[in-house]
Amino acid sequence: MAVKTMTKLTLGPIAYHWSADARRDFYARIADEAPVDEVYLGEVICSKRAPFHEADLPATIERLERAGKRVILSTLAEVMLKRERKATEDIAEMDSAEIEVNNAAGLFARGKRPHRIGPFMNAYNEATIAWMAGQGATHVCLPAEMPAPAIAAAARAAGALGLGVEVQVYGRASLAVSARCYHARAHGRTKDNCQFVCEEDSDGMPLRTRDDRPILRVNGIQTLSESYIDLLPEAACLIADGVTHLRLMPQAVDMVAVAQVFRDVLDGHVPTGEADAHLAMLSGHAGLSNGFYHGTAGYRRIAAAAPA
Amino acid sequence: MSLAELICPAGTPAALRTAVDAGADAVYCGFQDATNARNFPGLNFTPDELAEAVAYAHARGTKLLLALNTYPPAGKVDLWRQAADTGARLGVDSFIVADMGVADYIARTYPGIRLHLSVQAAASSPEAIRYYCENFGVKRVVLPRILTIPEIRQIRREIPCEIETFIFGNHGLMVEGRCSLTNYLTGQSTNMDGVCSPASDVEYVRDADGSMSSQLAGFTIDRFGPEEKTGYPTICKGRYAAPHRPEGYYAFEEPISLNLSRLLPDLIEAGVHAFKIEGRQRSKSYVRGVVRAFRAAVDDIKAGREANIADLIALTEGQKQTQGAFETKKWR
Repeated sequence: MAVKTMTKLTLGPIAYHWSADARRDFYARIADEAPVDEVYLGEVICSKRAPFHEADLPATIERLERAGKRVILSTLAEVMLKRERKATEDIAEMDSAEIEVNNAAGLFARGKRPHRIGPFMNAYNEATIAWMAGQGATHVCLPAEMPAPAIAAAARAAGALGLGVEVQVYGRASLAVSARCYHARAHGRTKDNCQFVCEEDSDGMPLRTRDDRPILRVNGIQTLSESYIDLLPEAACLIADGVTHLRLMPQAVDMVAVAQVFRDVLDGHVPTGEADAHLAMLSGHAGLSNGFYHGTAGYRRIAAAAPA
Repeated sequence: MSLAELICPAGTPAALRTAVDAGADAVYCGFQDATNARNFPGLNFTPDELAEAVAYAHARGTKLLLALNTYPPAGKVDLWRQAADTGARLGVDSFIVADMGVADYIARTYPGIRLHLSVQAAASSPEAIRYYCENFGVKRVVLPRILTIPEIRQIRREIPCEIETFIFGNHGLMVEGRCSLTNYLTGQSTNMDGVCSPASDVEYVRDADGSMSSQLAGFTIDRFGPEEKTGYPTICKGRYAAPHRPEGYYAFEEPISLNLSRLLPDLIEAGVHAFKIEGRQRSKSYVRGVVRAFRAAVDDIKAGREANIADLIALTEGQKQTQGAFETKKWR
């Protein structure tokens, strides 16, 4: 168990366009109640949203740090427009902050100053991770689609270089980003006159196949999985393979309770099977999946080989 | 004026010879494995075939570019390194890469061979492009299909390398190199395996009412009425229902081809060095027709003549076409 308690639980950046009020309330609860060690903040998906909540950022950081959380600022996944280049550079230039880079434009601006590698950076293998470590990376979050053997090989290499290794264990998987806003498109608008219609869907806009099967979620320029990734049953294997940080992605569910479920399993307080049943309940209508980890279709749910 | 090279697809040895004969300045191809983003059954080259292809192309003054543009999963990096070693030994003119580890290996091991940054690297800003130029000596960037011409012109001013843009063929909607849609439904990864909506997972199912469902791995990607032409189930070109669109709509994009023939003069003027034609999965006759038509058009423009655009438009007759992001940012 001693090894397990070394494992850090992190909260990824909010992917959706939650209102400033909703974000304030969310992070206040996280600060006060959630047993997460590290919290990633910042707008990663759409640069148009940032003005709505960036003014609150200093207060949110202070609140979380006072509660003992380590705060990391994440940069945009897609950098194309002037305001996106500027936003990325502004974060990369903050010497005092710990940052997670999600686009090569951020790597360019950060130079060899320490930084984390975000899940959009495509750090799939030991050669790339070694390259990144040589450029100042201290930590790497692996792409959500990586299967277990590749995670283990990447974690081994990253660990040998002294890097932290993070894997998303809860929440919708980011499956694609685009220059086009699909939220705006669904409402007959374009990205430039979107009127922030993505705010209507706090857990993404559901897409169903024409024979009425849930398939994907739209979040502005991002496409997400319909199912939530759930690697709670696989957490022990991830840790044994050298993963040091487990990432929970914020969804429109009780994330404090979700974090508690993971913490209880990591601390050995609750058996995995019982905890996973609780997690399914907390996740409401969302299906849970672990297919990527098991090297099969991501939406699939593969039963654990043996009870934990 | 820029060089306006014509970069043409070669999915097979026969297509390669066809593209060379039809006037390609360069052809691009890959090996028969996960090291390139068109890892489709029946496509691509064995090392022996590549050796012959290099000889054929070079004898006719055509360059050969080798696509090593997927992302090796940890534990399998050697396959990509071996592919680079083989390509270097056979004398390819450039490697097209996306993964930083692969780029680093080639830059260190084969500093004399040009590196091109694949569209799969998704470098869409001057800073991102400069990162690859300064660290790996990248000589050319293949730009994502998401930029307008004024944006390309601006990027051109701020980067030290050549620019290649797609001008014709399949119109990918997602940022390349950042898409796991196929892996989510099929278990095969576009980034790690070079697979996109694979034919092995496709089924067409006739429904009771006479309509046809095109399915991928059991998911209905679209449904066509008895009078409609059935389309291939590419995930990002399917029709889905959303809360505000219960009738089903093209949530991402219609099945549409990119055709920038009308914009060729503007692209040359903006400083684009090379035009890329998509379609390594296409037939020999398709390659012949498209390459010939674009060869003539580019030559006309370079000579100051009016290009015969009608021939290029005819290439996609009966198919919907778009100028995508290149024409207007309203596309976004």
